[in-house]
Amino acid sequence: MAVDRRIFLQETGKFLILTGVASVAFEHVLAGTAEAAENYHLTDHWWAMAIDIDKCIGCGGCVRACKAENHVPLEPFYFRTWVERYHVKPEDMEHPEVDSPDGGYDGFPERYAQGDGTKNFFVPKLCNHCAHSPCVQVCPVGATFESPDGVVLVDKSYCLGCRYCVQACPYGCRFIDPRTNTVDKCTLCYHRITKGLTTACCEVCPMGARRLGDLKDPKDPIHAFLRDHKIQVLKPQMATGAKVYYNDLDGSVR
Amino acid sequence: MEAILHGVQGYMYPNELELQWSILIVLYPFITGLVAGAFILASLERVFKVEAVKPTYRLALLTALAFLIVAPLPLQMHLGHPERAFEMFLTPHTTSAMAMFGFVYLWYLMAVLVVEIWLEYRKDIVLAWRGSRGARRLFYGILALGSDNISPRALAIDEKVGKAVTIVGIPSAFLLHGYVGFIFGSVKANPWWSSPLMPVVFLFSAMVSGIALVLLMYVFFSWLRRTAVDMLCLDTVAKYLLYAFLIDFSLEMLDLVHRIYEADESFRALDFMVHTRLYVSQIVIQIYIGTLVPLGLLALTQFARFGEKARKGIYTFAACLTLVGIFAMRWNVVIGGQLFSKSFLGYTTYKMGFATREGLLPAIVLMILPFVLLWGLLKLLPPWEKEGAAEVQPLA
Repeated sequence: MAVDRRIFLQETGKFLILTGVASVAFEHVLAGTAEAAENYHLTDHWWAMAIDIDKCIGCGGCVRACKAENHVPLEPFYFRTWVERYHVKPEDMEHPEVDSPDGGYDGFPERYAQGDGTKNFFVPKLCNHCAHSPCVQVCPVGATFESPDGVVLVDKSYCLGCRYCVQACPYGCRFIDPRTNTVDKCTLCYHRITKGLTTACCEVCPMGARRLGDLKDPKDPIHAFLRDHKIQVLKPQMATGAKVYYNDLDGSVR
Repeated sequence: MEAILHGVQGYMYPNELELQWSILIVLYPFITGLVAGAFILASLERVFKVEAVKPTYRLALLTALAFLIVAPLPLQMHLGHPERAFEMFLTPHTTSAMAMFGFVYLWYLMAVLVVEIWLEYRKDIVLAWRGSRGARRLFYGILALGSDNISPRALAIDEKVGKAVTIVGIPSAFLLHGYVGFIFGSVKANPWWSSPLMPVVFLFSAMVSGIALVLLMYVFFSWLRRTAVDMLCLDTVAKYLLYAFLIDFSLEMLDLVHRIYEADESFRALDFMVHTRLYVSQIVIQIYIGTLVPLGLLALTQFARFGEKARKGIYTFAACLTLVGIFAMRWNVVIGGQLFSKSFLGYTTYKMGFATREGLLPAIVLMILPFVLLWGLLKLLPPWEKEGAAEVQPLA
């Protein structure tokens, strides 16, 4: 059969268009569906964390639990959560002395004497899961994103390792995982909270200083916590919509 | 990594100890700056009819091209996953300042620089095509895109289109480097970077470095080819270098004075850094050696009368210092912006490797590479008038 030009063009056109569609569809199939827990609906939740500074004793249990649960490299340069110790002299409140030996992994050695007129306290830190994350804004390929349930996550199979997000985070919460050369950060134990569990750090905290909260759940105790305490977020001037809420956060904390 | 811990002073957030952006990221704004600056110098002749700088026109374009080809390499080498870099074109994240780089870059390379160079060289390419054999003939034939029409009418059209491309090119060159400044200037978490002046400062420092580079290239190749330097041209280029430098320096000082006067929460930390860890690279190299000395020298040539040889020497020396100063400026922005903690309570150290992926050696190779490319481009598309041009003419 002779193929005239018109038919040839039509067939080639169909072939090209259909293979394009097919490859897109196939990629979609390959990507699979997100790992979902039964009865977990993304839009039913809005996760946050409440931290009570007055309760933290600097034991470092949260740091250890986080590293173990999330396979965070043990070297002292990589932390999804860490604890800082503040030593504030009343005459120089703006310039506190801060330390965090190995991120507080092994707790804190005694350093400051009691009753010397200074203020000493611990501040646990982690990703603030900002609602307007500067890190998400700058990612050139959208590998890091805010999930509909309010958690800032990273798609490690897509991250270029350009480190722009590390620069953009005002809180120092991101690092490059030397094993994958991609960025890593707190996921709020997403694999746990979507199954109805709490985060590893909250789970082990002996003082109940850290509490996971779901702002969309009217029965969640976080509402009472936010209502009954003097609450502040870190660096409010950054206007990032941070969702880690601190009770009794001292003005000297950075 | 353990060594880094010893370089820490005060308190850094634990994830901050290691610097994220290395010397390769210092090269990125330095190289793109040279590109934008060289192009803007070239457009002086084309659009603003500054006839005096004509001898540098083609050289400036080829210099810009050579450096533009190398510009993305340091970025590519720096990525944790270079093989995923293309995703930036396929799935750019529209809110990211960085995502647009690929598009700005391609636009500038393919729509401006390559087109302008091709139009400018079309006659030469066609003549080379006609006058050569074998592989050379094939090569120039492909370069000419098979069209050998160099009638006066066709050349007039080339000229017209070329001018239009240059007019588009000037804002594009501004965009290219202003955009690089925006990548840094828009990071609100970092007070050393976060400034609306950043793109403007980057732009003018780009013009300064590009003009200085083309001046050096012009003097160097004149010396190499044993041809006389056109002093009117050199004087004019030096004058533009001085003007651009004055604006650049004023902007940088404005930024500095503003920071010192406002003295916001970050000031104490940044001030301490400038007086300690950045003292040599910022105060000594960037401001004194790399800015005030060349500015003084260039200004001197405007007031005092010097012989040709002395002027040539002064210009060359000033241009060399200028490039050192602008490199130091890029260094102080990129590296300096990572030496202090975002808690403003401590400082870390930059430990540069040598033969590592982001070490000094690859940086040196990347800095030599554009000159190798330029040498190749000069062989293929000589920018200077041929001595025997008159004999080739009848073929046209």
